[in-house]
Amino acid sequence: MAGAALLGRLTWLVAEVVDSVRETPRVRTLVLDADGWAGHRAGQHVDVRLTAEDGYQAERSYSIASAPGEPLEITIEELEDGEVSPYLVGEATDGDRFEIRGPIGGYFVWDGTGDAPVLLVAGGSGVVPLASMIRHRASIGSRTPTRLLYSSRTYEDVIYRAELEQPADGLEVFHTLTRSQPPGWTGYSRRVDQEMLGEVAWPAADGTRVFICGSTRFVDAAADGLVAMGYPALSIRTERFGATG
Amino acid sequence: MKVEDMKLDGNAIGGLLSELFGTDVTDSMGVCASCGTMGPLATLDVYLRAPGVVGRCRTCGAVMLKIVRSPDRIWLDLRGTQSLQITAQ
Repeated sequence: MAGAALLGRLTWLVAEVVDSVRETPRVRTLVLDADGWAGHRAGQHVDVRLTAEDGYQAERSYSIASAPGEPLEITIEELEDGEVSPYLVGEATDGDRFEIRGPIGGYFVWDGTGDAPVLLVAGGSGVVPLASMIRHRASIGSRTPTRLLYSSRTYEDVIYRAELEQPADGLEVFHTLTRSQPPGWTGYSRRVDQEMLGEVAWPAADGTRVFICGSTRFVDAAADGLVAMGYPALSIRTERFGATG
Repeated sequence: MKVEDMKLDGNAIGGLLSELFGTDVTDSMGVCASCGTMGPLATLDVYLRAPGVVGRCRTCGAVMLKIVRSPDRIWLDLRGTQSLQITAQ
């Protein structure tokens, strides 16, 4: 394994499910144990490969939810007609094994360095890599001012809800629920728009670093809105996820 | 599904690119041969639902990379990429 690590080459590893957490009716976190796993940076993802008995293989990418240094956790949203996510969300049990490779990605990562404020914008399960950043921020005791704007369809769809209700010092969480809201809801109740970004984001001059993750439409809308506020395009890092699962 | 909903970005092919380059290149700066825009490969518009993988310049839409794989080989077409700066390890 030392040779493989030196070359930095990605190799498929066997991962075993050692625990799981039901996050929402359609979302589940799997805790994985993989021999040879070299650790990760906040924001990275893994490729998961399932192989059927007849040899057919399906590969998908899933963001890592845990903080660097913590056991490897991926959070998966079940997509209708998906090939991989229905198994990971609905069927995989402790002791099940499948292949993973990673960690992957050197762009959509936050190492906790620098004092610049961090704005995180999440649509649905786009919150997963941002949760890794939030957990990393807490585990290294960072005081970086951080805001999370998180769009979900309904209250029940909010991933990591309990954890986000008790944010660490210097972390502010803003929710918007686009489809329905529970009685007494005090957060936003619409899709992310220019006005909302204007209320949540710091002025563009603060050198804020921005990470946006969600569907293509969500990412485009949020990024365009921030650029319109004067944010330099290079200060905004984005990751889009697709409609195949 | 609309084409717009099938659009991903270069992050989605980070694993495939690592296979080819032996290191992560999503943060590497590529220059579009058509319009000269320079940006991280993570910012390419990427389409996976094609006979291969297609990566287009986010600014002008020109194809910057194509990757096709068969069971025993991978074709990498970088005609649309003028240059690629990869951080030395």
